[in-house]
Order: sequence, then structure tokens, then C-alpha cells
Amino acid sequence: MTAMSTTLALPDLDRRTAVPRLFRLYVLETWYEFLKLLRQPHYIGGVVAFPVMFYLLFGLSLNRSGTGPKAAEYLLASYSVFGVVTAALFAFGVGVSTERASGWMLLKQAAPLPTPAYLCSKVVTCMLFGGVIVALLALLGVTAGGVRFSAGAWAGLFASVMLGCIPFCLFGLAVGYSIPPAGAPGIVNLLNLPLAFAGGLWMPHEVLPRPVQAIAQFVPQHHLGRLALSAVRLVPDPPGPHVAALGVATLMGLACATLAYRHNSR
Amino acid sequence: MSTPVAELVSVSYRYGEVAALTDVDLALYAGHVTALLGPNGAGKTTAVSLLTGLMRPTTGEARLFGTDPRSMPARRRMGVMLQVSRVPDTLTVREHLHLFSAYYPTPLASRQVLTLAGLEPVADRRFSALSGGQKQRALFALAICGNPELLFLDEPTVGMDVEARRGFWQTVRAFAASGRAVLLTTHYLEEADALANRIVVINRGRVVADGRPEQIKAAAADRQVICRTQLAHGTLRELPGVTCVEGQGDRVRLVTRDAEATTRALLSADESVDGLEVRSAGLEDGFLALTGADGPRAAA
Repeated sequence: MTAMSTTLALPDLDRRTAVPRLFRLYVLETWYEFLKLLRQPHYIGGVVAFPVMFYLLFGLSLNRSGTGPKAAEYLLASYSVFGVVTAALFAFGVGVSTERASGWMLLKQAAPLPTPAYLCSKVVTCMLFGGVIVALLALLGVTAGGVRFSAGAWAGLFASVMLGCIPFCLFGLAVGYSIPPAGAPGIVNLLNLPLAFAGGLWMPHEVLPRPVQAIAQFVPQHHLGRLALSAVRLVPDPPGPHVAALGVATLMGLACATLAYRHNSR
Repeated sequence: MSTPVAELVSVSYRYGEVAALTDVDLALYAGHVTALLGPNGAGKTTAVSLLTGLMRPTTGEARLFGTDPRSMPARRRMGVMLQVSRVPDTLTVREHLHLFSAYYPTPLASRQVLTLAGLEPVADRRFSALSGGQKQRALFALAICGNPELLFLDEPTVGMDVEARRGFWQTVRAFAASGRAVLLTTHYLEEADALANRIVVINRGRVVADGRPEQIKAAAADRQVICRTQLAHGTLRELPGVTCVEGQGDRVRLVTRDAEATTRALLSADESVDGLEVRSAGLEDGFLALTGADGPRAAA
């Protein structure tokens, strides 16, 4: 044990006020958050495999040329949105709930990890998964579905899917702070699946029953879906109102998450 | 004594109506291992949470390196091992360590941390593939990776077998010997005795004893003798071995260091003794005997 005592020097006094390299900290926190989720089969299954499978089934095999937009193009945009929303709701809703209940979040809080880094890493990870989903569907769509978008359309699709996950991260965070891990997946599915349907992510808004169409205006998934579709020029909607609606959703998500945090943390 | 690296000053904490800690004073010093000993629910984890800035005292003050425990510079100088039921288990030990080391300005080398925690053979295993004891050691590795001056260990040896526990104790001792302060919570007197320079016994949110391990152990070996007797409290207090007398009317409870001698003397002094019972005072009653502060139905 003597060898250890000699090598185990205390930090020098002048280095005790030192600050770790913060950029590196943020990058590593994000990288390991990404790796952690990437290795969870049920997460990847729900978030990546599901949209890919849906796309293969409905986007490619039912891809008939008609008068309207081709299914391969339409569903590329809407399944990407479905994927990223699922990624955000599960990563935050179930992930935060689990980490909170297990005491892991407390350990992270006691460690000198800045709270913004904890949250930021999860948001950026969702964006990355959003990018991965669009890229996978794009690969399938371009090679097997004859999808051709302009460079600007692709950029718009990636941007809307990746940035559009933010309000859903916040709603997920509110769930994660208020629901125990046993209930969180159920609540997340309850939020995600009916709203994806009502929001027109599974079948076009126009073919939904009238009452559902009326509700869609209040469903954030609808606005993100339309935004992605308008980015690839499949719907004529101007992006402004949808961006505004998503902005409102973000503020509401922030309010819910803050309330849940205040109410449930001591 | 030198300035404490962390302290609680007249701290009380309540969860709503329930007092988790009442008027607790606790100071931690460099080079010392302090054990916070007490049964489950005594308030040990609450004390750690207050010192590490996870909770704020209802009244009183918690200080870490002379400042607010929530301040980032203070937190960079401490390491914390908490009771975590589930660590994200798809990352390996080495990956978790790599990440946690990035939180600190002057971390120890990963290899050194792995050696200290005895984790070299399983460094590239995912958390899900570790045994209970290995998981505890991995959490210990995360606590020490920042080269902390102050180390909090909340129930660190849960799930470790005897051999692992002894190895772990050796590491903690070496850590304190290099000038660091350690606060350990445990409900094992043996563990507190093996590691600590000082044991603070806490029960139902109050400090009931505070002393060197040998003092606490002596108290813990006490027995209690319960009976109905005509003898006055003053006389009972004079019986051999007796350290504490409590009770109302003729029903009394004696705490003694030597139950046999006390009983012999008691029976010869009062032939009418009735309802005699001899019990282990247990740790808790031992603590109460030290302070003489509580009633006979105190033991939980």
C-alpha cells in the first residue's frame, strides 16, 4: 500500500480552482449518451427499426405512381418525424424517469457535471438519432423508391427533423420528472401513438376523419410533420405558422418540464 | 484541530412533517475517516445529501470547503459514492470512468483508478455484466477518479463479499492516509470500527454518540437488565457495571457493562426482584446509554 500512497498525490493548491475543459466535457457527455442508447436494443428497435420497417412496408412496397405525391416521398418525411418524436419522448420520458428513480441522476448532480450539459447531451443525442433516421430512410428511398429531392429540400428535411425534436424532448422531460419508470413507457406510448396518428404521421392529414383533422391543429406532431413535408415541397404550407406552433409547443413543454421538476425534486 | 473540509452546523432537515435530522453538528477533517453509523432510516443519507449540496438544510448551515456545497468549484474537490440501484448498463466500466474523469480539472489516470478499485480485469465489461460487488467498486472508481480531497461513501460495501470488503477497506484507508477526508455511512459497527478514526452514531435524526471506535464499541457491548425492584435508583446506580438507570415506579431498566455481576448483586440486594429480563442493549440502546437522553422504548 505504500506504493499507492506515494503515487496518490493530492492536487496542488493552485490547481484546485482549475476548471475542466468544458467543450470536451459536453462532447463526451453527448457521445456516451448516444452510445448508451445505441446499445439498447429496445430503444433502437422503437426509434430506428420501427420507422424503417414502416417505410419498407408502406413507403416502398405500396409505392405506386399516381397523381398525388408518391408514398416513398411522403412517408420518408412523415416517418422521419415519427422516428425523431419517438426518440425524444423515450430518451427523456423513460430515460430520465429511470435515471431519477435509480439514484443515477443524483450521482450526476453531486458530480461536478453542469446541469445544462446533462440536458444538452440528451437533446443533441435525439437530434443525432433524428439525423440517423432521415439518413436511413433517405438511403432506402433513393435507392429503392426513386425518391429525388433537391439539395435544399434534403437540407430542409434534416433541419426540420433534427431541430423539431426539441419540444418533444421537453414534453418527455416533464414525463420523466413526474412518472415512475414502471409507468413511463406506457405514458409515452399513450402520448406518442395516438398523436402520431392524429398528427398525420401515419396517413396523410387529408385522408383522416374530419374530427381528427380538427384536433390536428393542436397536435405538435402535425405541425412538425407539415413542416417536414413543406421542406421537401410535398405540401404547399408556408413554414411560418408551423414554426410558430412548434415555438408555442416548446414554451408549453418548457413550462411542463419546469413544473414537473419543481414539483418532484426536493 | 485544523479547519474542517466540510461541516454541518446545527443542521435540521424535515421532509414535510417528518424530522429527518435534528440539530446535527458534524465536521470532517483532512486525513480522517469519519463513520456515520446508524440503523436504516436514521438520517445518514440525508446528512450526506446536505453535505454534497443535493439538499439544503431546513435550518442551520452546510459548508463544503468553506463555501456553499452547491458551488461548482467546491464540488470539483469532492468525490461521491451514493446508493445507486441501477447504473446505465450498456456502457463499460472504462467508458463510465472516461466520462466522469472529464468532469474534473485534475483527474487521476484511468489505469490508476482501475487498479485502486480492483477493476482492471473487468474494465471493458459493460455494467450489466458486473457482479454486485464489482458494481459497487465501479461506483467507488467514479467517486475517486477526480482525485478528490474529500470522499463521501454512502453504504459502500453493500453487495460485497467478505474478501472484497476487506480489500475495499484497505483502499479507503490508503486514501485517507494520503491526506484526504472520508465520510463513510454504514450500519455495520464492524465496518466503522475497521475504517474510522471517529464514529458518529446517529439515530432517528439525532447524533446520539460521537467518539473513537473503542469508546463506541465498549458502549455497544452493553446489556440491559429489566426488572421490578424495591431498590432506589441511587442504589441501583451503585451496582457493579451499571452505567445508566431508567424507569418509573418499581419497573426499572439498567444498562450495564457486566450483566452477570449486576444481576448477582441485584438479586442479593433485593429478594423481591420480579420479572427479571436480561437483553443485549444492542447498538441502539448502547448509544442511548452513552447520552442517557432517551426513554426505554427507544429501540426500533
